[in-house]
Amino acid sequence: MSQPSLQNSDPSASQDPVQPSAALEASGLDSTVQGYVLQQMGTPPILRGLGLAALGLIVVGLVLGPTQMRNYGLVLVCLWAVYAMSVQGLNLMLGYAGQVSLAQAAFMGLGAYISTLLVRDAGLSYWLAMLIAVVVCTLAGALIGFPALRVKTHYLTFVTLGFNILITLVLRNEQWLTGGTGGIQNIPRPSFFGLELDTNVRYYYFCLIMLALVTIAVWFMLRSPWGRAFKTLRDNPARAESLGISVVSHTLLAFALGSGIASLAGVVYAPLIEYIEPAAFELPRSLMFLLMLIVGGRGTLAGPFIGAFLVTILPEWLRFTQEYYLALFALAVMALMIFFPQGIAGLGDTLRRKLIARR
Amino acid sequence: MAEKSALQTMPAASALGTSAWKDSNLEPFLQLLISGIATGAAYALAAVGFALLWQTSGTINFAQGEFVSAAALMMVAAMHLLGVGPLVAFVIALPVALVVFGVVFKQVLVERLLKRGDFALVIATLGLSIFIREVSRLVMGAEPFAFPAIAGDGVLRLGSLVISVNDVVTIALVALIIALLQLFLKRTFVGRSMEATAQNTEVARILGIDVDRMILYTFLLNAALITVGALLITPKYQAKFSNGEALGLVAFMAAIVGGFNQVRGALIGGFLIGVLDNLGAYYVSTTYRSAFPILLLVIVILFKPEGLFGRKEERKI
Repeated sequence: MSQPSLQNSDPSASQDPVQPSAALEASGLDSTVQGYVLQQMGTPPILRGLGLAALGLIVVGLVLGPTQMRNYGLVLVCLWAVYAMSVQGLNLMLGYAGQVSLAQAAFMGLGAYISTLLVRDAGLSYWLAMLIAVVVCTLAGALIGFPALRVKTHYLTFVTLGFNILITLVLRNEQWLTGGTGGIQNIPRPSFFGLELDTNVRYYYFCLIMLALVTIAVWFMLRSPWGRAFKTLRDNPARAESLGISVVSHTLLAFALGSGIASLAGVVYAPLIEYIEPAAFELPRSLMFLLMLIVGGRGTLAGPFIGAFLVTILPEWLRFTQEYYLALFALAVMALMIFFPQGIAGLGDTLRRKLIARR
Repeated sequence: MAEKSALQTMPAASALGTSAWKDSNLEPFLQLLISGIATGAAYALAAVGFALLWQTSGTINFAQGEFVSAAALMMVAAMHLLGVGPLVAFVIALPVALVVFGVVFKQVLVERLLKRGDFALVIATLGLSIFIREVSRLVMGAEPFAFPAIAGDGVLRLGSLVISVNDVVTIALVALIIALLQLFLKRTFVGRSMEATAQNTEVARILGIDVDRMILYTFLLNAALITVGALLITPKYQAKFSNGEALGLVAFMAAIVGGFNQVRGALIGGFLIGVLDNLGAYYVSTTYRSAFPILLLVIVILFKPEGLFGRKEERKI
């Protein structure tokens, strides 16, 4: 595992997670050498300093933000945090393990409904309900992944697509349990050891902390030997297998954890909006999560933050685009695929590579 | 008991099992079967186009459903602006569809993305589907439009059986189109070259076939198929900007269920989903009608991943 070629996040080799072997074949040895050169050179200190400064500014802005924001803005940023969490889960599957899931919205919905129903009907505390919902959804993710992966890896995508439709059908039709299309209203905000999270400012900090915890957890996972095995898996499954990494069990684990993270996002989402309905968890939302990740930059920790920002907060800043925003976003997706398939967070890397190649 | 013996003469009916029968009545079953076949026939056109694109160029077109709904809205616009009937509107919309969903789609998007691998193309067509949907909404509004059936609302009565004339015309038309398509693909030089491109692009190129041109022809063929599909399916659902979502899903599922790599696979997949949808809604559950095609999809993926009528593909590493 000490070979640099195993660890680098070589963009050209990871261009195509569906068929990594084809991408690797196309780029050949050259990309490995390039990646090695990149790693040896590292990031120029000035760029790294600028990046850290920008990150610091954003964090300070997020922490001090609520004093300057109205309720609407607060809820919007909370929504951003929830989406970013769900997309981070997808990032774990797609960006690092090379599996496309189209059921993130369904798992978010499952998390939201399971926790809400456990609090409302079984009288459990919100935190216990959160734990149960996440455990159930992680297991469900493994259960869905297992048979599909046994057959052929990218059939998992088709199965998750079907799963998302089936889940929303059940949420819609089982009125006695889920309230049908009307959904469930007046979901109470939880309290944390006596601290009521009832105001939007408090809930905002709660969302922020949850997002930070998820991100740190994903970061730790990726730095572990287990996470490095992931990347090898994505970049070259044949090589991974020859190194004794079990493709199926690793992919399955990534898939289960990503589903669990999506359900956690759903558990946080329900009391935020105080209202859940099946329409919020349908297939188009899952497709949107996928686009958020791709546009933001898969395989990078920052990608989900950028992608979620583009879909929740940027439309508010670009109010003048109004109803054209989604069409413009879709155009941007196509343009990005043509010119920068690594997404916005991968832009720096792409440029750096071009600079080094020219030198 | 007399009815039971009548059933046994019909293999399709007896395969369903007697428990599914609400009132052991043959008429609703036959009626549903025929309207299901008619719906499935229109689905099949979109699914065949979808499979053809996949075969020749490796394009998984997530915007296929939006192509259908946009073609339908073009015909609606022609009917409203010019006061013409659906057939004239079709003749007007067809060249536009050929240019936009055939030439422009292929040259502007697919051409540049194919070399990036199929994942970039999937994402781009996903973006394209949203783009077409949004533009349709901005241009035509969010309200659905009524869409006249090409053969009117007449019915045929055979004894106690009531069959829509339009369903019969739809089935006949699709049968004709598929027969012509098969003749074209198997008997003409261009068609055989397209088949060769679909089966093995590299060998086709070595044999001197202009592969890029064949791929372009496939995109044109797909554009024509979806426009006919739009003409036939839209009377059942009305024309609306958001219809593409469900339609694209059906084309996609039909292609997987039947087998991605065979025209007849996608064809039968389309019919199966149309029939299953209709029969399932009547005999099992209306609220869960859209679950049946998905269950079929999952079963096929688990037990026969190459599709019911597909060939096994060797892994390329």
